[in-house]
Amino acid sequence: MTPAIELIGIDKRFGAVHANKDVTLSIGQGSIHGIIGENGAGKSTLMSILFGFYSADKGEIKIKGQPVRIKSSSDAISHGIGMVHQHFMLVDPFTVLENIVLGVEGGNLIGPALEKARQELTRLARDYELEVDPDAIVGELPVGLQQRVEILKALFKGAETLILDEPTGVLTPDEADHLFRILGQLRDQGKTVILITHKLREIMAITDHVSVMRRGAMVATRETKHTSVEELAELMVGRHVLLHVEKAKARPGQVVLEVKNLTWKDHKGTVRVDNVSFNVRAGEIVGIAGVSGNGQSEILELISGISKPASGQIIFEGKDIGVLGDPRHVREEGLAHVPEDRQHRGLIASFDASESVILGWHYDEALGKGFRLDREAVVKRCKAEMQEFDVRPADPLLMSGKFSGGNQQKIILAREIGRDPDLLIVGQPTRGVDIGAIEFIHKRLIALRDQGKAVLLVSVELDEIRSLSDRILVMFAGRIMGERDSSADERELGLLMAGVSKDAA
Amino acid sequence: MANPRGELPAWVDIGLIPLLNLFIALLFAGLVVLIIGENPLEAMWIMLKGAVGSLKGWGYLLYYATNFVFTGLAVAVAFHAGLFNIGGEGQAYIAGLGAAIVGLGLEVLPWPVVIPLAILAAMLFGAFWAWIPGYLQARRGSHIVITTIMFNFIAGSLMIYLIKDYFRPLGKMAVESREITGAYILSFREIAMQFFDLRLPSTPLNLTVFLAALAAWAVWYLLWRTELGYEIRAVGANPAAAIYAGIKTDRIIMITMAISGGLAGLMAVNEVLGVQHRLLLEFVGGSGFVGIAVALMGRSHPIGIVLSAMLFGLLYQGGTELSFAKPLISRDMIVVIQGLVILFMGALEYAFRPALARIFVRVED
Repeated sequence: MTPAIELIGIDKRFGAVHANKDVTLSIGQGSIHGIIGENGAGKSTLMSILFGFYSADKGEIKIKGQPVRIKSSSDAISHGIGMVHQHFMLVDPFTVLENIVLGVEGGNLIGPALEKARQELTRLARDYELEVDPDAIVGELPVGLQQRVEILKALFKGAETLILDEPTGVLTPDEADHLFRILGQLRDQGKTVILITHKLREIMAITDHVSVMRRGAMVATRETKHTSVEELAELMVGRHVLLHVEKAKARPGQVVLEVKNLTWKDHKGTVRVDNVSFNVRAGEIVGIAGVSGNGQSEILELISGISKPASGQIIFEGKDIGVLGDPRHVREEGLAHVPEDRQHRGLIASFDASESVILGWHYDEALGKGFRLDREAVVKRCKAEMQEFDVRPADPLLMSGKFSGGNQQKIILAREIGRDPDLLIVGQPTRGVDIGAIEFIHKRLIALRDQGKAVLLVSVELDEIRSLSDRILVMFAGRIMGERDSSADERELGLLMAGVSKDAA
Repeated sequence: MANPRGELPAWVDIGLIPLLNLFIALLFAGLVVLIIGENPLEAMWIMLKGAVGSLKGWGYLLYYATNFVFTGLAVAVAFHAGLFNIGGEGQAYIAGLGAAIVGLGLEVLPWPVVIPLAILAAMLFGAFWAWIPGYLQARRGSHIVITTIMFNFIAGSLMIYLIKDYFRPLGKMAVESREITGAYILSFREIAMQFFDLRLPSTPLNLTVFLAALAAWAVWYLLWRTELGYEIRAVGANPAAAIYAGIKTDRIIMITMAISGGLAGLMAVNEVLGVQHRLLLEFVGGSGFVGIAVALMGRSHPIGIVLSAMLFGLLYQGGTELSFAKPLISRDMIVVIQGLVILFMGALEYAFRPALARIFVRVED
């Protein structure tokens, strides 16, 4: 059978960056084909070329055996390729129907197009288990449904091949399962699905074939049933990696952080953190699980002093730090914070590494007396921390933004752990970080725990929470749905993440 | 992920690209001259000769550059905090008030006391005039671009009122203060004459030029060698990270604007104490706005600002000479050239970068 899509010898450079090196890939009709690789491996570039965002410097694209030229996304759509982006391309105030006809209104009057779309939507919903209320406002739908609208949009435009870029990042395990069922149905009806992800588990669960990219090159394609998570991880990284975190049993000591009835409202007055209470002891890692946007980020910002609680207390080593509402004082009390959004908060991309390494401690007297900032001392400190945390390249003068995600995270960890804090609060420690660095970061967090420090971990990666945490709190809609220990099963946590609480029932 | 702009060697980024942009700006300026009906090469030669071909030319070039260094540094410091201070014009104007009040009011004191005080007063008045928009942005949420523009107009009206009604000596027609006789800054011509018995051509160049050099160094030191400078740059580069670090962004916005206004205020020292020896209407004459172009072109770095201030000084002085030599070309021509320079070096700064990047990648392969 002719493959649905063939990419032959695709080569793409951005300036001096060789993003795709002579990539050849063939995707079978009616199959689910996974593409995995670390950040920067070239997956997104390759798919952007297929979808017409970039044009390849060299190489050929064939669709059903016919060579084609794809110069824009509308070319791609007319060749039956649809894409569901990681960040949705939806108009929030529009209804589902209005979003679906966007770009294919077909005339000055929108009525006929909407009517046609409504009929088509009913058919698609029936065939693929893709029910959505056509008249709902998109911005008011939960993310899982918004994603469904994206898929419907692509199908409505006649997509035969659907590309999904990291589709499960924003979903609960339950929603992800539903998505996979939908993808399965699409395949059974003869559609082709390309799934870009960095989650090995998803690849194993849903795909028929899997291709691995590393540093711009296609390193292997396997039939999913004939490969293993270990083999894929090794192909991605290029060396053997430990996927499981080795750790001893925790020996929790005194309570270091006590959060009592914490409540916070955003500027619109919506309650984002709702009467949250928990504690963290010395020598343990407490994980907060939850789908992103359920109040975890706000908790990190409240504890670190970036925002001030509306009510409730944050007691750190016997002192209420909530009333300070000042990151500098909180830090000086011995609390370190690795923020969720590295690029946005954790460092300053246009500063060189040595300047990012002192962020928050730049007034330290050891870095220059009084008002002065001693460059030599700053660079020296950076060198020492880079060595300790194996940052590569170990160049204090390289711009922070030019390090890979993993190395940026190491720079931040070096800064925060380097101060010997009593409590480390850390958000999404391995988001966008390559597997090799994940291993390193996880080991450092466990080591910190074993030194008797307290760690509060927030992550949307359930696997990460489960493998690192000694206790797990699950958040939903600003509230803590329940606490489980590390042996809790995924299904139970998934239900809590979706707001279903057995305790309440 | 991949950077579509690619990587270029540093010398291309800070050397070749600005020069190329300047060359293209001059090329277009030449075309305009050609359309007017003059020979562009000849015009260029007259400009160059007028600015750097004689001691007098150099004197004027450096005098203009002194003003532009101050206003350019003012814009640059604000830029580093992510603020666009368009109010250099008004801040320098109000600063003149400070210089004149001290210069005229404390004339009884010896000049070594009065001059530092007058300089300080100029800086404080300029700083205050910039601090208000800073405060309004930090605490009241009005945008600094809008408020600084409005403050230029307020400064303009206020100064007309004050000079006409309070500074103008009785019975005098010209709207200006009386002369500051006791404490003014010596010009190069006077120094050469008094101390070295040398005759220099008459130019407005005075000792304030050294103050400009000092200010450039001080700004560099502030931004890259002090905690405050670090905080200013952090707020400008990434406010969210600055807040995370515990830096009070409101405070930094107000402090930065005050520093920026203080620097713009030094421009008044050059005009009021160094050249005019009196407070007169519109003495700023657009230097505040030229400072924006100078800062853009100088990439907000003191060294770049000194160089681009000198380039603008050359354009100003050369342009004046050109308008004398070629009546067809009016002084407005400088404004055209200046506009083209700003267009190619500011707005179209990276227009040629992708092409250069392609060339360099090919060369490296």
